[in-house]
Amino acid sequence: MKKILLSLLFCTGATYAQSIQNGSLHGNFQSNSQVYYEDANMGIAADDLPDESFLTNSFANLIYTADNFSAGIRYEAYQNALLGFDKRYNGEGITYRFVQFKKDGLDVTVGDFYEQFGSGMILRAYEERNLGYDNAFEGVRLKYSPVKGIYLKSLVGKQRLYFDKAEGIVRGIDGEFSINEIFENMTDSKTQIYIGASFVSKFQKDLDPIYNLPENVGSWASRLSVNHGKWNFGAEYVHKYNDPSATNNFIFKEGQALLVNASYSRRGLGFSLAAKRIDNMSSNSDRNLKGQEVSVNYLPALTKQHAYTLATIYPYGTIANGEMGLQAELNYKVKKGSKLGGKYGMGLLVNFSNVYGINKEQIDENTPIDATGTLGYNSDFFKVGDEKYFQEFSIELSRKINRKLKLIGTYINTHYNSERIVGYEYHGMIKANILIFETQYKIKSKHSIRTEIQHLSTKEHEGNWAMGLVEYTISPHYFFAIQNLYNYGNKTNKVHYPNVSAGYTKGTTRFALGYGKQRQGIFCVGGVCREVPKSNGISLSITTSF
Amino acid sequence: MKRLILNISLSLICLCAYAQEKTSPFPSVDIKSVEGRIVNTDQFENDGKPIVVSFWATWCKPCAKELDAITEVYDDWQDETGVKVIAISIDDSRNSAKVSPYANGKDWPFEIYLDPNGDLKRALNVNAIPHTFLLNANKEIVWQHTSYFDGDEEELFEEILKL
Repeated sequence: MKKILLSLLFCTGATYAQSIQNGSLHGNFQSNSQVYYEDANMGIAADDLPDESFLTNSFANLIYTADNFSAGIRYEAYQNALLGFDKRYNGEGITYRFVQFKKDGLDVTVGDFYEQFGSGMILRAYEERNLGYDNAFEGVRLKYSPVKGIYLKSLVGKQRLYFDKAEGIVRGIDGEFSINEIFENMTDSKTQIYIGASFVSKFQKDLDPIYNLPENVGSWASRLSVNHGKWNFGAEYVHKYNDPSATNNFIFKEGQALLVNASYSRRGLGFSLAAKRIDNMSSNSDRNLKGQEVSVNYLPALTKQHAYTLATIYPYGTIANGEMGLQAELNYKVKKGSKLGGKYGMGLLVNFSNVYGINKEQIDENTPIDATGTLGYNSDFFKVGDEKYFQEFSIELSRKINRKLKLIGTYINTHYNSERIVGYEYHGMIKANILIFETQYKIKSKHSIRTEIQHLSTKEHEGNWAMGLVEYTISPHYFFAIQNLYNYGNKTNKVHYPNVSAGYTKGTTRFALGYGKQRQGIFCVGGVCREVPKSNGISLSITTSF
Repeated sequence: MKRLILNISLSLICLCAYAQEKTSPFPSVDIKSVEGRIVNTDQFENDGKPIVVSFWATWCKPCAKELDAITEVYDDWQDETGVKVIAISIDDSRNSAKVSPYANGKDWPFEIYLDPNGDLKRALNVNAIPHTFLLNANKEIVWQHTSYFDGDEEELFEEILKL
């Protein structure tokens, strides 16, 4: 009987596939492996080395698409997971599978899916495979567009927790309305208006012996975006009902988030300004987990995301329990032919951002701030807290000198409250000045050489750093790179981090082999950027897609 | 059992036949314009001329290098082939409001879209950026390439000329 059933299944499968003319199968594959060696200077002792000596992370996605139908799976294998990845990844299996089809304007997804409502501050499931982050939902999602300009979404699902699922169930609805598309007489208006609203609710059983915790926690959001020619304005407000959790020390306070953006831009000039306030906004689909592995929402950090190595030593991450921040950025291209611009023009990028705590006051004389089981604290919405968490000013100038040579200079000044951001006990506010000088030189057709000289100076933490990099590329296939970071200002441990790497790319297939030491951070070499943990050894990365 | 094997082989053969096709359709996915409008990729249009779709982000240096390099030769490319470049930013809400000012500040002459949660990136199986696709008159993918080295745009242009 089983055989007949199977046979029938494949029979229909084959006929079905054959009846769809436009079907196509696509996929990708990635494998990162590393052999580890000990290094006392970097704090990697023999005991810290993985017993396996060799670790590897791999995955492959396959997506089949035909007309209004698509289905896909992802297989992941961590045998065992690379250092820096959570040990709960150790293992292998199909972690992602979905079927999606569209019929009469209704778009149905069953299985695993990623989703974002608005800016994501109320709900976002996403993946950063190279960081080991994946909080995908497994469940059902419906999308429906009854008329042009109205987009409705609803979902119910549980979130991925490594090879498991988080305990809570998340339900959400979202509507987005493109006003100019809905009302015909506004179609040609220069002002375009978009509004949106969401409601999200999560459920988790209350097993707490002491407190009566809410089993259903709701949150709502509304957003507005207005575009008028070269001007753009956007705002989103999120309100979350009381949600005691391990992250907020089980206080019963409600949460709020506000994000406002404004920008002006035309060819050759762009300016943007953003402000935000986050108050008690961590939201996990398991209230007992302190990490972010099953975050229901995403709270963007309003600071510049750097790519140069030394600029990524002190990166900021949003403090969900409360912060207020500002960011301004100017992008300008000095015209060709002007005195400053020269023959090719000159690029200018200026960024300023700061983040402070929020104002927190005791709810009454006898209750300390953030006391478990209380309302936590009172906070004046418009009052900025006394404590500075982060501040950064950066300026980058780039200028092409002639057909062969391009120069880029960068200066960054960072104030980094290490106690608040990463919990360092003794380093307090780390103040750093960073200078970076990059040259790009075209030797001959398809052959180029790129160099970076970087310097970070600080009196705090690990002291000064210097770095040099030389990268040689032969288009379209090869790259070779050599670099060294030197923590020469470190009082106790002056560590060198040398690294050599080479790679081969053909079409969508890329091999990269590296040997040396790496400190933690975003690593950009050979044409791509990815985040890597600290290590010493040989690494091999293979990626392809079709 | 024989029938089962036969059917499995049949399914595999037809799957393989699809995979070996030289062109493949561009997926239909909702993304956003920089103004905030939901746009489906089916709406990409260039009057039957080739389209280049390039994935980038404001924090990705090689991506900016690639788009800068194409900017310099874009007028010539357009005169010769009528090609249109569509640059899709995968920046999330941390940076998505800065995408348009950034691209404008760079003086890029491309159509810019946002894919803030990676829906299109996923549908196209993009592993890392920059990743560039070339579409023919029927909006089918005929060529794709990952990463960027100085001079790679010349290979892309050779592929455009073949269409």
